Amino acid sequence: MNIHQSAMPVLIVVIPLLTAFVLPLVELWRRSLVFPLALAALVASFGSSILVAREILTNGPVEYYMGGWEPPWGIAFRIDHLSALILLLLGSITLLVGIYSKRSILKELPEKEAPFYSVYLLLVAGLTGMVATADMFNLYVFLEISSLASYGLVSLGRGRAIVSAFRYVILGTVGAAFYLLGVGYLYAVTGSLNMADLALILPPLYDSNAVLVGFAFLVIGIAIKMALFPMHAWLPGAYSNAPSAVSALIAATTTKVAAYVLVRVIFFVFEPRFSIDTIPVTTLLSWMGAIAMLLGSVMAIAQSDLKRMLAYSSVAQIGYIVLGVGLANAMGFTGGILHLVNHAFMKGGLFLVAGAIVYRTGHREIKNFRFLSVRMPWTAATFTVCALAMIGIPPTGGFFSKLYLILGAIAAGQWVFVAVILSSSVLALTYLVNVIRYMYFPPPAAEASPEDTTAGTLIRDEAPVAMLAPMLILAVGIILLGLFNGEIVSLFIDPSIPERLLR
Amino acid sequence: MLEFVIGHFNNVTYIILMMIGFHAMTGKTNLVKKVVGMNIFQWSIILFIVSLAAKRGGTIPIVLGSHDHGGSPVIRAAQYVNPLPHVLMLTAIVVGLATTGVALSLLLRIYKRYGTLEEDELFEKIETSE
Repeated sequence: MNIHQSAMPVLIVVIPLLTAFVLPLVELWRRSLVFPLALAALVASFGSSILVAREILTNGPVEYYMGGWEPPWGIAFRIDHLSALILLLLGSITLLVGIYSKRSILKELPEKEAPFYSVYLLLVAGLTGMVATADMFNLYVFLEISSLASYGLVSLGRGRAIVSAFRYVILGTVGAAFYLLGVGYLYAVTGSLNMADLALILPPLYDSNAVLVGFAFLVIGIAIKMALFPMHAWLPGAYSNAPSAVSALIAATTTKVAAYVLVRVIFFVFEPRFSIDTIPVTTLLSWMGAIAMLLGSVMAIAQSDLKRMLAYSSVAQIGYIVLGVGLANAMGFTGGILHLVNHAFMKGGLFLVAGAIVYRTGHREIKNFRFLSVRMPWTAATFTVCALAMIGIPPTGGFFSKLYLILGAIAAGQWVFVAVILSSSVLALTYLVNVIRYMYFPPPAAEASPEDTTAGTLIRDEAPVAMLAPMLILAVGIILLGLFNGEIVSLFIDPSIPERLLR
Repeated sequence: MLEFVIGHFNNVTYIILMMIGFHAMTGKTNLVKKVVGMNIFQWSIILFIVSLAAKRGGTIPIVLGSHDHGGSPVIRAAQYVNPLPHVLMLTAIVVGLATTGVALSLLLRIYKRYGTLEEDELFEKIETSE
């Protein structure tokens, strides 16, 4: 197959990477230029993603060889339909959160704009690099860039954020080290690091112990990074204590990219027949996903703090993605990837709402959200749309991805998973509707508190436009993802389903 | 048994080191010891991957004879130590350094804020401060 070569894939990564280093210098010269420059870098990176995606849809996968060294000797960037979809997702989320972050960072971290956006862009560079690269070791380096950036961003929060960030450092490093060890074993056996090359060399070696051990370490390392239950211990603290904009950014992107890497490794570096038959890792993954869906949702119900509740709900939603991938059929794969995209939008939107509420009212406890629909009508409306998508109400995106997942579970003959998907949705209904109830129709206050006000006495105090606009765009995006889910599936997901899964 | 250990010397070493690091990360209550454990954990893997390139009687991978005779350079691939694992691990060492730096700077901020690096005392202080 004649593969198209272009320098565009590398621009997606290099623009934010270089801008990250320029920002501290720009701050010395003129502080007011920091934010526009950071935003310009995000726009340029997103624009390159769009151009690459257009090229892929007409000409097929695009490659770029670093320094002109062809794989398997050199490092290659390769973008196919699946990675183009994830890059578009990353581009849009990071741009929207970037716009939103201006006001909330001014309030939460005054005087620290330049370092914040510097690290923000490093995170974007790391994540896009993980998606674009076709080299296993290069992926490790980008994984560490994005992890280091997210440790830094999490530690900027208030309260016990530093302690959460420290725990995240320890566990994240173990995850990355396991991934590195897996790469080491594969290199020892094959002598290659290029993904496509590995896929060619590995099949005769599937019985080798070193390949089995390497594969196991890769999967465990990635599972820690994507906070798959029972390796989710770092997630709730990191998400709930980080600054608002950071919570939205890392909740919507880091675990999703790790999920993408998991798909890449189990279905593209290894052949599906290895992951399904030789060691039934897909079966294991789908059961772990199912447990994550139930326990994550139950833990979310128990939380009284909105951001903590959303964090536990993320653990459950990761379960949906992994379950879909683990079902190992075309419907489940489609559902898993589609849910990955939808969940990035939904959870990003919900964390942005949580940030806006904290920005205006200073409250995080759900019981303090009484009559929020009067004070911040648009914010409450965004929350409702995102919550309905999380539960899976048509025509939002969440409905269609869950539909695909259920169809996939039926096609696999796994009725248990159908029950798990439905009951986890009911649990999501329980914790999300509780918040909506406090916003719109609060129960009468049991005890008198200074915050106790009735709808009539409240004045409207909506979040600033710069924060509201990204939230509303995400809410509209969720509905559009639902309405145009057929196009997304046929353009991006269908061409990337591994052949084995179609049978 | 002994033969197995000698035959897999690099594997056994890295697993022992890794377990020491793992024990320090999970079993110790002092946060600095946890960072040290994290380092041992990372270095054990780096040591293992570098050991993959080791070769008895191997030499450095420099092309010989291309300077003086003007003839075709002598390339004896079988004698060279594979440089790639070394290069990769050089990058991994830099990454490990950055991780340690981040972890230590976090510890500095934890100590400034709570005045302790012992996990149990730290959790008590967090409980009382909130």
